[in-house]
Amino acid sequence: MIVCGVEALRPEQGVAALLPDGSQVAVFLTADGSVHALDNIDPFSGAAVLSRGIVGDRGGEPVVVSPVYKQAFSLATGKCLDSPSVSVAVHGVRVRDGVVELT
Amino acid sequence: MTRTLVVIGHGMVGHRLVDLLRDSAWRIVVFGEESRPAYDRVALSSYVDSWSSTGLELPALTGCELRLGEKVVSVDRERRVVVGASGVEVSYDALVLATGSVPFVPPVPGRDLPGCHVYRTIDDLDAIRATVEAASRPGRKSGMVLGGGLLGLEAANALRGMGVSPHVVELAPRLMPIQVDDGGASLLKRLVEKLDLTVHTGTSASSIERDGSRLIAKLASGLELDLDVVVFSAGIRPRTDLDLGLELGPRGGYLVDAACRTADPSVFAIGECAAVEGVTYGLVAPGYSMAEVVADQLSGGARTFPGADVSTKLKLLGVDVASFGDAHAATEGALEVVVNNAVAGTYSKLVVSDDARTLLGGVLVGDASSYLSLRPLVGKEVPAALLQPGGAVDVEMPADAQVCSCLAVTKQTITDAIVSGVACDVAELKACTKAGTGCGSCVPMLKKLLTECGVEQSKALCEHFTHSRAELFEIVRATRISTFSELVARHGTGRGCDICKPAVASILASLGNGHILGASQVSLQDTNDRFLANMQRNGTYSVVPRIPGGEITPEKLIVIGEVARDFGLYTKITGGQRIDLFGATVDQLPLIWRRLVDAGFESGHAYGKSLRTVKSCVGTTWCRYGVQDSVGLAIELELRYRGLRSPHKLKSAVSGCARECAEARSKDFGVIATENGWNLYVGGNGGFTPRHADLLVSDVDTASLIQIIDRFLMFYIRTADRLQRTSVWLEGLDGGLDHLREVVVDDKLGICAELEAAMASHVDDYADEWRGVLEDPEKLARFTSFVNAPGVPDPTISFRAERGQRVPVSLGIPEVVR
Ligand SMILES: Cc1cc2nc3c(=O)[nH]c(=O)nc-3n(C[C@H](O)[C@H](O)[C@H](O)COP(=O)(O)OP(=O)(O)OC[C@H]3O[C@@H](n4cnc5c(N)ncnc54)[C@H](O)[C@@H]3O)c2cc1C
Ligand code: SF4
Repeated sequence: MIVCGVEALRPEQGVAALLPDGSQVAVFLTADGSVHALDNIDPFSGAAVLSRGIVGDRGGEPVVVSPVYKQAFSLATGKCLDSPSVSVAVHGVRVRDGVVELT
Repeated sequence: MTRTLVVIGHGMVGHRLVDLLRDSAWRIVVFGEESRPAYDRVALSSYVDSWSSTGLELPALTGCELRLGEKVVSVDRERRVVVGASGVEVSYDALVLATGSVPFVPPVPGRDLPGCHVYRTIDDLDAIRATVEAASRPGRKSGMVLGGGLLGLEAANALRGMGVSPHVVELAPRLMPIQVDDGGASLLKRLVEKLDLTVHTGTSASSIERDGSRLIAKLASGLELDLDVVVFSAGIRPRTDLDLGLELGPRGGYLVDAACRTADPSVFAIGECAAVEGVTYGLVAPGYSMAEVVADQLSGGARTFPGADVSTKLKLLGVDVASFGDAHAATEGALEVVVNNAVAGTYSKLVVSDDARTLLGGVLVGDASSYLSLRPLVGKEVPAALLQPGGAVDVEMPADAQVCSCLAVTKQTITDAIVSGVACDVAELKACTKAGTGCGSCVPMLKKLLTECGVEQSKALCEHFTHSRAELFEIVRATRISTFSELVARHGTGRGCDICKPAVASILASLGNGHILGASQVSLQDTNDRFLANMQRNGTYSVVPRIPGGEITPEKLIVIGEVARDFGLYTKITGGQRIDLFGATVDQLPLIWRRLVDAGFESGHAYGKSLRTVKSCVGTTWCRYGVQDSVGLAIELELRYRGLRSPHKLKSAVSGCARECAEARSKDFGVIATENGWNLYVGGNGGFTPRHADLLVSDVDTASLIQIIDRFLMFYIRTADRLQRTSVWLEGLDGGLDHLREVVVDDKLGICAELEAAMASHVDDYADEWRGVLEDPEKLARFTSFVNAPGVPDPTISFRAERGQRVPVSLGIPEVVR
């Protein structure tokens, strides 16, 4: 599914995309140019806000930090680094011909 | 059978004794003449900063019978019975006299006139205040302190704090004759005279007369002083008005042996009323040590009084003064090494033995920073370096040296606690060794010992920077680096995180660098800053327009109401005299701002670590009691500092008179109007750890007030840690309030011009952040719900009605253990 043109992404920021089933995905571009996608809903607050978190790294692992209660989630695995039993779903995502697609 | 201990006098030393015996088998009955529980008399002068005694409280006592406000009128030693003023009789098995001292009032004619006071208790200070407030003289009042010793100068300083210009009259040819020598005293005089004090030495008051509402004092030198208030501070006398038929010492005081026992084996005396082997002491530390002796004796021990160190270090009116050991070189053959630097305003004298090998004592004026390392060396070998001109005074302390003289804690005890891992910071050292819990002057030494023992408190901001926030601030200021990427590449590691990114964003914003949502800054901002609104629990935002000083026209109020109605926003009045509109989605934010900005509103920065609001009372415009225009000043301050990014949020308030309706003393900087101008208080806080703000300057005009606030805020912004409110920053500042005053009032570091220039450029560069987004399509484009479906509302957000307004439906989250 096509999400947006790659120019809509900004380094170390996220955007939210709405899926046909009404669920939401947060798509991030990191500083090295790679693209990641996680469920947009923060499991700790239930709010659809992960796309609005700060993107950075923890010990070299790229993460997004929830803006509500500040837990960090790995962009690669969706695992919560502060509470390893919690994680969010990771979605396949790629950039092709200047377009961001969920796979 | 339970034995009864009666303690007469509930001052600092009596309190200590009872505290030491709290787990003993004694039944303890305490009589205290003052109406309140014992308090920290050493810190009495700080009472005038707040007129509240909470800062003076001593630890509450448990398990004893406290008879407050009840003076003991007689003791029958035959029957072993104490009689209180109410007629109550209590029998004792042991009796402790802890009646302290009375101020000595020289027999000057007129000394009993209304307006003449002593300086010993909280009640005395309240009485002085009442006299000063009742004085009808316009402008600054005039006062006289009789006695230029330690206490006299403290009293003079307290008068200054009440808007009184004091004359200090001292019979001896110099100030502080007991502690300081001629050289030190003449420098001291020069330094204090800069501070609105007039010093008259070598003379005394020969009479005091009333003239209408004034007091006229005639000095022996022929001078006449026209006064509103007089304070006697000419020394103290041990309080022995309770006659037990016991022998007194040569200079007064109940005569006791080294075990603090009088000739009657069941009667002890401790504190200032005791003459231990004939010697009386006017300091609290020897008193505490007597309390320990008696507690030990009463528990079956055999401890005796070890003698006492009567060294003094204090900051008088911001001037360091220290005196220790044989300050007057009274020892046979003693030699003096004097360094008198009139330009720097420092004086130091070391007294050494005739062979120049043993340190005997010394006097320091102007800079007493070496006191803590010198005092413990008294009686020990002098390091040769000390005797060289400009010799280094940073010398190694012997292990048995006393670091905390109030509680007699040695360096060894402290380093043991650190090395064994029991204490890792000052707070823990205080808890386990009690060092630093007396007068607090050894706290810098505790910090130093922690460092010397290798305890390093990491200042690193996070895993990406080893620097503290203050260090990063200096790096950014000096290098003019303007992006996070460059800063982390050159001075840090990795890509940053939710700790360092907002901290650096705040530093960049404090130093200018344009709109906080500029291309290189937007990804650094916390979600609140990134959307210029406050995120709430369901992912929606709340919007707070600025309402400077809480003043608003009906027309603008109507606009807010209409916006709230049209967007269905929940509306609440905040504690900061403004209005918060809740429940806006990301895409609604610009639409709401458009309406508000068109009506003349701007961002209230409720989302930022920046100035929130300057609350005000109505002041002179309406209030019958107001003495200044508090609303006008609040608006001026709010408009000046709006948008200023800082380590944490900043709150302020202005009250139009001392009734303090705006609660200014709970703010980071609060202003209270006086007859003559404004008093500025800093470092206050409400919230989780409430703290009353401290008085920084008094009776200043509006221009000076603003100048000092400019400097204060910029100094805080430069030096505080991340998310450190001014209250915590001030508590941790080396040298505390005095140091702050030296920096931002006296400009001791010579940085005030820079601080003011930084604030001036903030004021010039200010622009409304909401308008900045509305006028920039690139920034505006980020305010969408979904990148692939702009304008489609977030399906997770829904509302229900409560008391006629929309509130979020709880998001039914499974309970997660955090
Ligand atoms: C302004 C000021 C600043 C000071 N600064 C310092 C300093 O920097 N360093 C330092 O070491 N010391 C300082 N001192 C001195 C210090 O406060 C005293 O040494 C200490 O308080 C002595 O304690 P105490 O218990 O012996 O006497 P107090 O604290 O005076 O207590 C005696 C109590 O006994 C009560 N009492 C007396 N008679 C009776 C009776 N018959 N029945 C019932 N109650 C009675 C009195 O009302 C009083 O409350 C300062 C004192 C003042 C006033
Ligand atoms: S602080 Fe003073 S001036 Fe302001 S409202 Fe209260 S009483 Fe009036």
